[in-house]
Amino acid sequence: MSSRTANCPNCGAPLTYRWSSSVQTVCEHCRSVVVRTDVDLKKVGVVADLPLEGSPIQLFTEGHYRDKNFIVAGRILYQFEQGTWNEWHIVLDGGIDGWLSDAQNEFAISFPVAMAKLPSEEQAALGKSFTWNETRFTVVSRTLAHYAGVEGELPFEYWDKEDVTFIDLRSDRSDFATLDYSDDAPALYIGTAVEFEELRLRNLRRFEGW
Amino acid sequence: MADQRPAVSVRSVNCPNCGAATAVRTFGHAVNVVCMSCRSILDAKDPGVTILQKYRDAVPREPLIPLGSRGTLPGETIQREVVGFQVREIIVDHIPYQWREYLLFNPYHGFRYLTEYAGHWNVVSTLRSLPDGDHLPGNSGTRGFDGQQFAHFQTATAKTVFVLGEFPWQVRVGDTVTAVDYVAPPRMLSAEVTSGQEVTWSLGQYTPGAEIWKGLGLPGSAPNPEGVFADQPSPYVTVTRRMWRNAAWLLAAATLLWIFHLASARSRQVFTQAFRYDPRQIQDASLVTPLFEIDGRQSAVRVETQTDLDNQWIGVGYALVNDGTGQSFEFAREVSFYAGVEDGESWTEGSRSDSVTLPTIPPGRYFLRIEPEGERIGKPVEYRVNVIEDVATSLWYLITVLLVMVPPIVTSIRASGFESRRWAESDHGSAGSSDEDADDADDDGEDGDDD
Repeated sequence: MSSRTANCPNCGAPLTYRWSSSVQTVCEHCRSVVVRTDVDLKKVGVVADLPLEGSPIQLFTEGHYRDKNFIVAGRILYQFEQGTWNEWHIVLDGGIDGWLSDAQNEFAISFPVAMAKLPSEEQAALGKSFTWNETRFTVVSRTLAHYAGVEGELPFEYWDKEDVTFIDLRSDRSDFATLDYSDDAPALYIGTAVEFEELRLRNLRRFEGW
Repeated sequence: MADQRPAVSVRSVNCPNCGAATAVRTFGHAVNVVCMSCRSILDAKDPGVTILQKYRDAVPREPLIPLGSRGTLPGETIQREVVGFQVREIIVDHIPYQWREYLLFNPYHGFRYLTEYAGHWNVVSTLRSLPDGDHLPGNSGTRGFDGQQFAHFQTATAKTVFVLGEFPWQVRVGDTVTAVDYVAPPRMLSAEVTSGQEVTWSLGQYTPGAEIWKGLGLPGSAPNPEGVFADQPSPYVTVTRRMWRNAAWLLAAATLLWIFHLASARSRQVFTQAFRYDPRQIQDASLVTPLFEIDGRQSAVRVETQTDLDNQWIGVGYALVNDGTGQSFEFAREVSFYAGVEDGESWTEGSRSDSVTLPTIPPGRYFLRIEPEGERIGKPVEYRVNVIEDVATSLWYLITVLLVMVPPIVTSIRASGFESRRWAESDHGSAGSSDEDADDADDDGEDGDDD
């Protein structure tokens, strides 16, 4: 995997883009959000320190999903009324971007899916079902959330948003989907709910006493 | 380089209400933590720590399992620590029912729950897959999950009445959620519905308290369970099944034996002779037959009395006597036959012939002593006596069938009593929800009491 190095336009500290898909990164030194424009880098903002959260995953955690290895490249920490959850940006073998979602240690891996005629926020009411890729998904939660922090490399430019709606769906066979209403058009992610052990994670956070 | 990052350390928060320090056990997961001293609910995410709710209840409720207990839940291999405790309540027919929930945590494997009601425990985990069928939980019917059908047990509004420890989501005394339970003992499928926002399905496994005490290394012993719980496995289910299976085997064996017996019985006539009895004669009518041989093994012997009776009866006293041993089998038969015409309809009563089976007669040389008697005014009667050895008998078979069936039937009745007690606590019990659930804020108006 080719990596590119550059310097933070804010503080001059070295920056490394490890994955070709990465569009933005957060300077580890000054917390500037730096967006790649392929020619030079632009500082678009500064993030606050990440709030306390308990995920066992961290940047550079490695794991397995199906027959592929992946490494954690970045994350978005979302905050909602009831607490927080993480969307970890993972890069799988072959440079495929995916998301490892971690809500109180309930894990799911999903990938963006291009799909026409996605339901609007109002249409995707609790208990409503939709069939995508021949799988019947049912809405199990509707969450209004905003970002509470970003870290590492992300495949798109994302660092400051208002509250947006996230709708989670499940099937009767561990399938998992999220409808993301961050942008004008809804985005769909489809994947699988997974157990911690299945991911065979390495390089995890360590916790005192455990 | 990543390995150099320090371990996340345990921290504590100081209560702004009373100043006491409370340890945070779930690291960054804690959203709320309850002050161990004054029971105020604190915001664990706020570096300044704010009080979200003060504790007003006069009655302290101590968890049976202390917070901080660490061990292995039955069915698991990893360690978890008890980090949170809440008491929740439903109101059915104006009566509050409270149960207790313990939150257990492992920083890698996440959360599990233990629920306890009247000494009945369930180990509960949230589900990754939805149950089959119509997806929002309702007030009746069944839901399929993991190849099993779960029957609707109860839909109620569950209210949090007490909290202790910490939770990875917001929790307040007074929070309500619609709780729907379906059962397939020893498992319970539950849904918690936050109107319009979230449906969370979980699966509970009924677990004896003793196993939890052992797994978590708790002192003393678990309290004894009272009554029958929703997903408590019936102690009769396996017993009843085994008893019916055993009964089926025994019946099959008995039936085979019976069929073999029917097929192998020789039914050989060893004696036949015609007699005449005149009741008007004063002389003693008793007589003794010539000797006849009953051979082979010990077997059932049939003695037939065939008459030409016509509106008359006779009684015959028999003794089957073994000539060699003197052993005597005595029995009396009564034969009567009446017939006539009444209102143009002909009728008969009784029978002209009789037969009796003596179940176990050893082989040997025998004779019959016959003592007929009858009405003094009766007509003479011609009768014939037949003795048939090695006949098939079915009485033993019928008795066996009855004896074999009694234990499983009794157990089945007991099992049904257990199920009645289980369902009496549900929305579908005979006692209960036919009344209007005025206190039940949930809209279970169309609750079908159909079970």
